[in-house]
This record gives sequence, C-alpha cells and structure tokens, in this order.
Amino acid sequence: MSEARPARPGLYYPKLPATWWLRRPGYVRFMLREVTCVFVAIFLVELLVIVYKIGQGPQVYADMVAKLQSPGWIVFHVVALAFALYHTITWFQATGVIQVVRVGDRQVPPPLVVAGNYVAWVVVSLFILYWLLVRS
Amino acid sequence: MTEETITLEVTRYRPGHDTEPRTESFSVPYRKDWVVLDALNHIKDRVDGSLTYRWSCRMGVCGSCGMMVNGVPKLTCSAFLRDYHPGPIRVEPLANFPVIRDLVVALDDFLEKLRRVKPWLIRETEKPVSEGEYRQSPAQLEAYKQFSMCINCMLCYAACPVYGLAPAFVGPAAIALAYRYNLDSRDEGYRVREPILSDSVGVWECTFVGECSVVCPKGVDPAAAIQRSKVAGAKDWAMSVLMPWGGRK
Ligand code: SF4
Ligand code: FES
Repeated sequence: MSEARPARPGLYYPKLPATWWLRRPGYVRFMLREVTCVFVAIFLVELLVIVYKIGQGPQVYADMVAKLQSPGWIVFHVVALAFALYHTITWFQATGVIQVVRVGDRQVPPPLVVAGNYVAWVVVSLFILYWLLVRS
Repeated sequence: MTEETITLEVTRYRPGHDTEPRTESFSVPYRKDWVVLDALNHIKDRVDGSLTYRWSCRMGVCGSCGMMVNGVPKLTCSAFLRDYHPGPIRVEPLANFPVIRDLVVALDDFLEKLRRVKPWLIRETEKPVSEGEYRQSPAQLEAYKQFSMCINCMLCYAACPVYGLAPAFVGPAAIALAYRYNLDSRDEGYRVREPILSDSVGVWECTFVGECSVVCPKGVDPAAAIQRSKVAGAKDWAMSVLMPWGGRK
C-alpha cells in the first residue's frame, strides 16, 4: 500500500529510472541474488520431472538421461549451479547480519556464525556423498 | 606558480525558475586537506553566493551535510578532495528526496517517519522521580549502543532503492532507531512499536539490498536492525498463533 506522498509545490521530485540497479555494484549484486531464484525454480521443476519419469520405467528414464546430456542442458546446469552457489553464499553471509548468536553474555562474532554455516554445509555434503557412494 | 585546481560539477535547482535540476561546473583550489564541504564553502564565499546547501558541525556529528558525491551518499564534511583527485567531482542533492533548492532536500517525510516509530523510552508506568533513575548495566547498554549512534543524516535513505521506488517505506534509520529502543532494557514500548514495524510499509517492505549499512557513516547497520526486527516480528506472530493467551513478551 505504498501510496504516493502529496507533492509540495515548487519542489523537484526525483524519480528512480528503470536502470537504477546499474548505479552501484551493490545493487547489481542484489539483483543477481534475486534472479538466482528463477534458476533454482527451473531446476526444481526439472527434478520433479525426473522423479516422475523414474516412475514410468527404466526405458523412459534412460531416454530422459540421454536428453539431459545435450550441450544445451549442460550449459543450463552449469549456469544454474553457479546461481545456486551464489545464492547459498550470499545467504550464508546474510546470516552473519541477521542471526545474533549468544554464548553466555557474549555475542558470537558474525564471521564465526557465517563460518558455522560453511562447516554445516561441508558436513551435510560429505554425509550425502558417503550415503550415495555406500549405497551404489 | 599557478595553483592546482579541481572541478566540482554541482547540481543547481531554483524553485520557480527551473523545472529540472541542471549542472554547473566550478573550479576550486585543490588542497589535500580540504573536504567537499570546504570546496562548496569556497564557491559560496568567492564565486557564487547563491549556492545553497546545509551543514553545521563540520565534524561528522550533526548529519546535515549529506549529499551525493560521485553518486554515493556521503557526509561532505568527511569526503576529502584527495580521494577524488583528479576529479571532476559530481555533487548532487541526496537521492530519493525532493529537492527544495540546489543541494537542499526536504526533510518532512523522514521526520514524520522518525516520529512515527516513537524513538524515546516508553514506560507502562513511570516511576516517581524520587525513586531515582532507571539503572542499566554496561552489558545492557552494549546491547543497543551501536543502533543509538545514528545522527539522522539520511544517507541510508539515499542508498535505499526500495525507498526510492516506494517512498511510503518507513526506511532504514527510523527502523534502526525503533529497534534501538526495543533493545533498551529500560523501555517497555515493544507492543506500541510492533504494529508500526510489522505494517506493510514497515520492515517487510525491505528486500535486503543492504546498501544502507554500506553508506552509514556511523556503523549503525540499519540493514541488520531491519532483518532482526523481521525475525522478532515473525517469532512474535508464531508465538501468538501457538499460544494465543500466553505468548507475550
Ligand atoms: S542509520 Fe546511519 S546512514 Fe542512516 S541516518 Fe543514521 S547515521 Fe545516517
Ligand atoms: S557538517 Fe555536521 S555532519 Fe557534516
């Protein structure tokens, strides 16, 4: 409900042009972070399709895998991975700002909070890798 | 020996005459220990007395000399010419605010928002003066100190594209100050400020661009105050749903 404010006569009201996000590197980084969600969403839809195809039998799944090996899909996956990493890293950084962690009376320094995220990331990734390798 | 000079490209706007701001260039002596404000003062004293801008303390305390310097919101009393050498240096009024004249912007909107968040100690019942002051430990002071350093310079508003696009947004400094009082151990006004912060033009309007904190000359980190208020508000809401009768702070 952002209604326009009543304009006072004689004043000059600046308007933000559509290219405002090119003004500062910080704005560009912000826009990139927002765009990451598009790629993450497309990838999730793809994942759902893969799960659906698995349910339709080995032949359908094999066809799907063959299709995903085309250059177009590989490029998409590389780009989507880059955006997903960018999203993850910026969110890890944001937790340092957002989450105040206290131990006793002291506040844990934000870089340590961020580092905690990375540690958790590595641990979870190793666990998933181990699980996949042991099972296959 | 001719003195070295540096060019300032200054935005001029005369109400009643101009429909749009225009740019005027001035050549000023280049001194390593001069700040942009010194250069503006030089222009006003020696070149064009009609140049209009605000300043007061000349030491980064009053918050009135904020302008855009090469597109970045700055206190001009702490923006050294040497950091912009060889120039030219573009000096414009603070972005996102209506311009009254030349480099002077209208403060009304910000002041109204500042008042709206009630940036003062609110008590449910005041204790009589005879009982003495409200005491606070150093740790309790530390909890909010950073957010109390705000000098109302509005640089954060000039850096915030959300405020530029949706001027109804309460904005970084006002929210940081509301948060500062919410954190104060002597304050009991959380319930009073909550609806203002949780309003659609309050903290949820913020998309976390984060540039407000980058430009803040006092290390206030309004972006942190806003995101933490979001967390507090969300927790509050969850508690009120889970425990409608007991989830009060
Ligand atoms: S939060 Fe920082 S940038 Fe914003 S008004 Fe206060 S001192 Fe200025
Ligand atoms: S003149 Fe007071 S902050 Fe710059």
